[in-house]
Amino acid sequence: MNIYDIIGPVMVGPSSSHTAGAVRIGLLSRKLMDENIIKADIFLHGSFYATGKGHGTDLALVAGLLGMKEDDDRIPSSFHIAEELELQYSFSGIILRDVHPNSALLKLTGISGKYMEIIGSSLGGGRIMINQIDGLNVNFSGNYPTLIVHNIDEPGHIADVTAMLSHKSINIAQMQLYRDGRGGNAVMVIECDQEVPYESVKWLEKVEGVVKVSYLSLLD
Amino acid sequence: MFKSLSDIIKRIKKTGLPFWEIILEDDSYERQVPKEESWAKMKSLYHEMKLADASYDKNLRSASNLAGGDGAKVSEALEKGEILSGPFMGEVIAKALKMAESNACMKRIVAAPTGGSCGVIPAVLITCEEKLRFSEDKMIEAMFVAAGIGQVIAERAFISGAEGGCQAEIGSASSMAAGAISYLKGGDGNKIIHAAALALKSMLGSTCDPVAGLVEIPCIKRNVMGAVNAVACADMACAGIISRIPPDEVIDAMRETGLALPDSLRETGKGGLAQTKTGKEIKNSIWS
Repeated sequence: MNIYDIIGPVMVGPSSSHTAGAVRIGLLSRKLMDENIIKADIFLHGSFYATGKGHGTDLALVAGLLGMKEDDDRIPSSFHIAEELELQYSFSGIILRDVHPNSALLKLTGISGKYMEIIGSSLGGGRIMINQIDGLNVNFSGNYPTLIVHNIDEPGHIADVTAMLSHKSINIAQMQLYRDGRGGNAVMVIECDQEVPYESVKWLEKVEGVVKVSYLSLLD
Repeated sequence: MFKSLSDIIKRIKKTGLPFWEIILEDDSYERQVPKEESWAKMKSLYHEMKLADASYDKNLRSASNLAGGDGAKVSEALEKGEILSGPFMGEVIAKALKMAESNACMKRIVAAPTGGSCGVIPAVLITCEEKLRFSEDKMIEAMFVAAGIGQVIAERAFISGAEGGCQAEIGSASSMAAGAISYLKGGDGNKIIHAAALALKSMLGSTCDPVAGLVEIPCIKRNVMGAVNAVACADMACAGIISRIPPDEVIDAMRETGLALPDSLRETGKGGLAQTKTGKEIKNSIWS
């Protein structure tokens, strides 16, 4: 941990895990959607469900979905702002399998009709992990520019993606591969040292066999 | 990145630089940023602390409706001259309560090292600046001292209640604050780390048993204990008292103690104050 993990972050209270971490889960989900969200069905698991209300976890998740960061003074009034910006939200409890006690499942619909299901966990001190996207396991922290490619499990797609990154002089920090079965749905999660250009992300979407591309940029 | 407080003292002896500058240099190297950038960041965090202190609103109440307004009561008693420990300590008590209450009421604070312990360091530092008239640069230097101590504690032990109990949160904050005050009082590297050790030692074994799982009971008032303890320990260290157990060994003892704490006393709400008759009643009334 660096000294600014010790003093900092600047955050809206009360809890770095239940409040600041929850804002970050919402914000990362908003960035992964890459468009305004009009509907969010939010399912709280474990300690998020048990004590989330008193910690403002619900307000924090909605604030993040609206694009707010953990130090935004408007977090306590996020429900009101959601109404103004026409974001419909609902909360329920859920028991998720094999996740951290502070976790949430977010079912999100964007303004273009885009739909995503994201499971995120708050690990403490405001640090978080995205665990699942659209039913497939992923594991990334959001500390790096992250490219998530859903594709059909067949030869060549990893080469397509890594060739593009190489061409753009982007170094891969971490790479993970998952699939639900041979020849089924696969996902690659690539955490990069540099930002991936917008047009390259758009180009990937058109590659045959690629089902969906999500990109998490660290730029505002 | 320093793995021990004694390594920091060795570096001070080798370079002749003050404690705070060693930490600043190390951060600049670790994160590969110019020293000016690190300094500016620490300055902005100190400003955020002062802003949070100044924005206290005595009329706010937390989600449970149980927290809020207590800091103002101490300020009132202070104005009437009714605080036995005097104007300095009285202000420390008021400020610690106010910051922790602001946190519970979803106001903006600086985690130091956590949200639950955010009142300790600003309570002592801002009071020192107000009462003893230090320059702002001196205050930023004290922040680096606190951060350096906290980093070693996080490296050797932990800074979250879920891992190590309250001693890891308020105890660490108190230790960091004690070192910072010693620096402000003119203490050298050894006085800084012995103040930190004395403060942490005094809080070993404290548990994390918040009522209804909220960062309210007993967290808010524990911030006062951490702050007052820091002032007393800095005074002791600067008077020439040392910790008979070396500072790094005290941090190791905090880790061992934390690991030995039962699960029920590490932020699970399953023991201690959370499981008292009233604690359970409060929980039921909030979550029903």
